[in-house]
Amino acid sequence: MRIGVPREIYAGERRVATTPEVATQLIKLGFDVSVESNAGTPANYSDATYQAAGCSIAATADDIWNDSDIILKVRGPEAEEADRLKAGQTLISFLWPAQNPELLRQLTERGVTAMAMDSIPRISRAQKVDALSSMANIAGYRAVVEAAQHFGRFFTGQITAAGKVPPAKVLVIGAGVAGLAAIGAAQSMGAIVRSFDTRPEVKEQIESMGAEFLMLDFEDEDGSGEGGYAKVMSDEFIKAEMALFADQAKDVDIIITTALIPGKPAPRLITAEMVESMKDGSVIVDLAAEQGGNCELTEPGKVAHHHGVTLIGYTDLPSRLAAQSSQLYATNLRHLLTDLTPEKDGQIVVDMEDEVFRGATVCKDGETTWPPPAPTLSAAPKKPKPAPAPVAKEVKKPSVMGPIISMVIAGLALLGLGAVAPASFMAHFTVFVLACFVGYMVIWNVTAALHTPLMSVTNAISSIIIIGALIQVSSDNELIMWIAVITVGIASINIFGGFAVTRRMLEMFRK
Amino acid sequence: MITNTGIIAMSYILATILFILALGGLSNQETARRGNWYGIIGMTIALIATVLGVVTQHYEYILVALVVGGTIGLIAARRVQMTQMPELVAILHSLVGAAAVAVGFANFMDPGRLSHYVGVELTIHDIETYLGILIGAVTFSGSVIAFGKLSGRIGGSPLTLPGRHWFNLALLLAAIWFAYQFVLQSAAGGGMQPLIIMTVIALVFGVHMVMAIGGADMPVVVSMLNSYSGWAASATGFMLGNDLLIVTGALVGSSGAILSYIMCRAMNRKFLAVIAGGFGTGGGAVAAGGEDQGDVVPILPDETAELLNDAKEVMIIPGYGMAVAQAQHVVHEITTVLREKGVNVRFGIHPVAGRMPGHMNVLLAEAKVPYDIVFEMDEINDDFPKVDVSIIIGANDIVNPSALTDPDGPIGGMPVLECWKGKTSIVLKRSMATGYAGVQNPLFFLDNTRMLFGDAKETLDAVFKAL
Repeated sequence: MRIGVPREIYAGERRVATTPEVATQLIKLGFDVSVESNAGTPANYSDATYQAAGCSIAATADDIWNDSDIILKVRGPEAEEADRLKAGQTLISFLWPAQNPELLRQLTERGVTAMAMDSIPRISRAQKVDALSSMANIAGYRAVVEAAQHFGRFFTGQITAAGKVPPAKVLVIGAGVAGLAAIGAAQSMGAIVRSFDTRPEVKEQIESMGAEFLMLDFEDEDGSGEGGYAKVMSDEFIKAEMALFADQAKDVDIIITTALIPGKPAPRLITAEMVESMKDGSVIVDLAAEQGGNCELTEPGKVAHHHGVTLIGYTDLPSRLAAQSSQLYATNLRHLLTDLTPEKDGQIVVDMEDEVFRGATVCKDGETTWPPPAPTLSAAPKKPKPAPAPVAKEVKKPSVMGPIISMVIAGLALLGLGAVAPASFMAHFTVFVLACFVGYMVIWNVTAALHTPLMSVTNAISSIIIIGALIQVSSDNELIMWIAVITVGIASINIFGGFAVTRRMLEMFRK
Repeated sequence: MITNTGIIAMSYILATILFILALGGLSNQETARRGNWYGIIGMTIALIATVLGVVTQHYEYILVALVVGGTIGLIAARRVQMTQMPELVAILHSLVGAAAVAVGFANFMDPGRLSHYVGVELTIHDIETYLGILIGAVTFSGSVIAFGKLSGRIGGSPLTLPGRHWFNLALLLAAIWFAYQFVLQSAAGGGMQPLIIMTVIALVFGVHMVMAIGGADMPVVVSMLNSYSGWAASATGFMLGNDLLIVTGALVGSSGAILSYIMCRAMNRKFLAVIAGGFGTGGGAVAAGGEDQGDVVPILPDETAELLNDAKEVMIIPGYGMAVAQAQHVVHEITTVLREKGVNVRFGIHPVAGRMPGHMNVLLAEAKVPYDIVFEMDEINDDFPKVDVSIIIGANDIVNPSALTDPDGPIGGMPVLECWKGKTSIVLKRSMATGYAGVQNPLFFLDNTRMLFGDAKETLDAVFKAL
């Protein structure tokens, strides 16, 4: 089957749906790949590199739309693009069917199979296909870069000859993929990062990225909704949350907001008063700008200035890192196509029984198949409530009585032995017990790396038993003499073998 | 011919001190080689003193036996592959056991015995003889079976006879009963019959004990037999009234006992539970379905090479699978290349990795991996959060997070290498089979784990080429 990759025509869109590197892998799956001329240019992938990777270059968009069986795009098709689709073609791109019912209707009428990368169910199996996470990751990173661009100071604290520079304080609201990426980026630039999320289970993730988790002193209300996303919280919770933000706004230099609730406008978290209370020169990056913004004053798609604070409302952050986002997006598509092509023969099979394909497919054979039935599996299993109290690990108090009793018994046994045993035995026994303790002290000092040589050398010296045989060898009894001779032979195998192999091993231990 | 017993006694004390220094030398790699020489010198002194001071005739036989035995020993030591070290050690243990049995019988047959000891002394002497032979026989047969299991001549899976604990108990009671019989008959001038029956019982016990222990518990078995061979020598020393044997035996015995203890602690298992056996299987069955743990993400050697090239901190965790695949040399080559590129490559060794204590260290040393980048579990476990890539080669249970998360599981509470705290873990495995404990490993299903399937040596060769 032929895969076609048209140039993105949406204004300002710099991404492309496949890269030369990914194209080679698609060709290995048995597909022909054709790319519209200059489709990759804005993302720094030239036509020549596509050609070198084995793609054909189509001069016009028409060639792509007419001759391809599968169309790969980043943005959903514009109205005129959708009109070019034919029955039997498969379209894979972001589609946002909930926000674009008109597009969905149009696609259904054209009879194409359309798969929305934004509707991939959030299950662990589908993570490699999860383009939303890939893009969110980039957006989070880029948000910090944009903030740094507009922030007039260092992120990292320094003590220089010209005085002390305090580190920037960054607040990241919402610790999803984008939030965590932002935390990581800000942290690695040296800023002090704090983060807030309504879902308590992300605390560990936040702390693992090196940020401080802002706890809300509140009846523990779990903000985790279906599929690992956040849900709408109660009024009291929101009030407490707003008080926290108002407090933080006075202190921090940069706020990055990433709070989104699926299918709802973005929650208003930063009010105009909070913006006003921020220090001059502070920056707010609102990653929720496209859904209306987490901040009241955000202007989607623009950089605004209010009360000395810069508000960045870009809605195209991934596109601003076009080469990176194209590469990750293309890889997500490649994983999807790999799963769709079980025979690796360039023929895709959309198996509607498969949860991932079912979720992604929004229309097929003239029928709308969106929304899919409710997902059966949530990405993060809900925490059982109440949280299992940390299993009170029974602190095993070593019973004092046990050892004492066994020591008393052992002592009595030894006394009993001493009562009947002759003096010569007692002398040997003394030596034996002391030797055990010497051995105990010496062996604990042996490094674990040398345990194998330890075994072979103890093996060699335990053949000291040869002395027993040597004592017997002078016996006049033929049988005893021969047994002793054989024993000397056996023990000497051990002596020579044990020392030699120990030496061989120790020779190998080199710095 | 030395007739002065004082000189002999002094030589024995000298030998004892040298043996202690030999063991003490193993506390680190620099002094270990010198320690081995102390051991050799100590042994030489003891032999010369005994031959000159005690032996009165048959020198020619001694010389022949020493030359023949010594030659065999040296050849074996030279020929053995480092991966076969556990087998060699096991078979050498069996020789000590055999020697103890032989010396015990020879001593018993010496007619001078009855005139030399009387009353309580005779009883004690007889018990010493009896114990020496008993321990020697168990060591002998147990080590032979351990050798068979380690070399693959006997299947690795535990033999679990019904009522095996009762069987062991019966053997123990029988051994005590025959001890009583032996002491009675010995005083009357006989006793050979109960001694032979007991020897057979001890041999059966040794076989049965090791047969019941699975492959993964082999480190414990090998160190336990090491300990027994020491006790056998010590018991022989009591029998002969020879302090050198007693001391040396006690040193070896406590060394083996400590090793067994360390191994058991590293698996969070009770020593008695290991000896009782029945744990661990030979092949490692594919994990029974159970709950769907999600997907594993496979990776190709080329991608592995890229990951390694981009990493700053690499941790390599070898297991028995590395020894089986003989992959230690290519591991060293990869290590060298990466270190030349400035990547900090280190090795993390779990105490029970491999088939005997310290097995992995010896293999890596053989492949010329410098020992100062090889670390113990306790030394490096806290460093994992800083590690970019962990490579797990043929290991499974020792990197199983469920040991920490599932305290009631079969390996619950066992200390493990926490590689999942690093950025990426690459697991080299032939298949999805479980480890010896038969537990599924959640590590394989984590987001930051990649599976590199195939023979460890071949895949690592491919990685090395790609580097």
